[in-house]
Amino acid sequence: MSAAFLRNKAAVLGLGLLAAIVAMAILAPVLYPDDPLDMVGTPFLWPGQDPSFPLGTDSLGRDVAAGIAHGARVSLLIGLWATVLGLALGVSIGAIGGYFGGWLDDVALRAVELFQTVPPFLLVIVLVAIWEPSIRNITLAIGLVSWPPVMRLTRAEFRSFREKDFVTAARGLGFGHGRIILREILPNALPPIVVTSSVMVATAILMESALSFLGLGDANRVSWGSMIGNGREVLRAAWFLTAVPGAMIVVAVLALNLVSDGLNEALNPRLGRS
Amino acid sequence: MSILSVTDLHAGYQRGGAVLRAVDGVSFEMQAGETLAVVGESGCGKSTLGKALLRLVPPSAGQVVFNGIDITRLRGGALRSIRRRMQMIYQDPYGSLNPRQSIGAILTAPLVVHGIGGRAERSRLVHEMLDRVGLPAASFSRYPHEFSGGQRQRIGIARALLLKPDLVVCDEPVSALDLSIQAQILNLLAGLKQERGLSYLFISHDLSVVRYFADRVLVMYLGRIVESADHAALFDHPSHPYTRALIDAAPDPGKRRPPAPIAGELPHAGALPAGCRFHPRCPLATGLCAREEPALRTIAPGQRVACHHADAVPMNTRIKREPAEA
Repeated sequence: MSAAFLRNKAAVLGLGLLAAIVAMAILAPVLYPDDPLDMVGTPFLWPGQDPSFPLGTDSLGRDVAAGIAHGARVSLLIGLWATVLGLALGVSIGAIGGYFGGWLDDVALRAVELFQTVPPFLLVIVLVAIWEPSIRNITLAIGLVSWPPVMRLTRAEFRSFREKDFVTAARGLGFGHGRIILREILPNALPPIVVTSSVMVATAILMESALSFLGLGDANRVSWGSMIGNGREVLRAAWFLTAVPGAMIVVAVLALNLVSDGLNEALNPRLGRS
Repeated sequence: MSILSVTDLHAGYQRGGAVLRAVDGVSFEMQAGETLAVVGESGCGKSTLGKALLRLVPPSAGQVVFNGIDITRLRGGALRSIRRRMQMIYQDPYGSLNPRQSIGAILTAPLVVHGIGGRAERSRLVHEMLDRVGLPAASFSRYPHEFSGGQRQRIGIARALLLKPDLVVCDEPVSALDLSIQAQILNLLAGLKQERGLSYLFISHDLSVVRYFADRVLVMYLGRIVESADHAALFDHPSHPYTRALIDAAPDPGKRRPPAPIAGELPHAGALPAGCRFHPRCPLATGLCAREEPALRTIAPGQRVACHHADAVPMNTRIKREPAEA
């Protein structure tokens, strides 16, 4: 599987880009130990104009490069934990609904439909508006709206696998439900879930950016979305303030999609891995 | 002593409101140490019967008594622990093994679940069993896709027998295999039965396999038993027209003519004919057959048949069939 993944050039490129962003996020406090929201220079320095601010400064004289590095931390943190939460909810509810069927499945389906009738981003805005916009609450809100597709996927996988002979055999051998769900079916149902999860990280990053762009994000933390939001007002005078964090979002989402495609090809036996 | 006693068993599936009665009032006794074959066309409910006996398909009515215990209503832990004594060998050697587990993991898990032995003891049991079914010890760390169909069926047999069951339901264990491999697997099953005093419920559509393997035969048609007879009686003087048609349809290397198909098609189990279920296809059918369903009755020692006209037909008379197409 890993060999098939590594043969895929696009996937390796995606992985490389992702690794660079992660490294940048990890190294941000070392490279830019000060608060990226501090005013450190003359406002509106263009990239390259002053060697100490390689990506320039914004309208308040804040270092754009420091913002990008620290913003990566926020984006990745939210992307990662929102996905973990969405996966935990989606996989467990989908597994139970798909495996047991009956009224449990009905309850699980109604819950999903309840969430799916509201556009996810709108729900995030409502949740963040009710709670206060801290990083933790934003993560929770994004995680809460991202579980329905995972649930449907997991449920479908479990429904098809529970009819397979090896699952019948497991029941016939006296295995308990927990063991059948976790040890027999889940490992078989995992590939499409893994593929989806990388797209979920990208979606969560986009949602956080959109939230920050609208000014609904955590005001005390710089994020790529909030940088774009701030730069918007001076778009004509200093377009780079919008373009640089925008490009970062594009690169991060692209990298995650490339990784997702690579995983899909490597994990999907029907596409051939001979 | 009878190991299995089945009374008026019903089991079926829900298909969009309608109930599909795959097993519809089946009763029989099975003696310990016996190999009881269940034969019939595909779709006659024989696999569902096997699964209902092991509670893998919920029985909708009737009773299954196994080793003196009524297992029809057992639940939870009691059901799981009785499962140790009754195991199944599956038809499809490709679908019945978890593709993501090594053979060692597949074979060790049942022992873990039933709390048999410690780590070393379990490993020893699994290796012994691998050796007994004719697989190399190196199979332990391999995965199912590395094995051929016959080898996988050996793994399935090993898994079923590791728990030392009394009853093994063999659901068409060789029908997915090459002819040359079939004989090997049947010999393995026969040897294991002798060593361990097993009882086999052997489900098959292949009469040549049944002829080789069974002590007694149940012939099923559309969810019912139409004839039950000892091996010799069944093949010497089959009494139900359906049994005869099945035997006639089996390829026989001694005869040169091609096997003739049974007239007509198997009706859908959702739309069963009234009266005798076989009457639309039966060459002996009369008005009585369309009205009244015949009950199983004893016509000779060890031979029971559900047909109004079983006596009227002289033994060994071949019934008329649709002419085979040239």
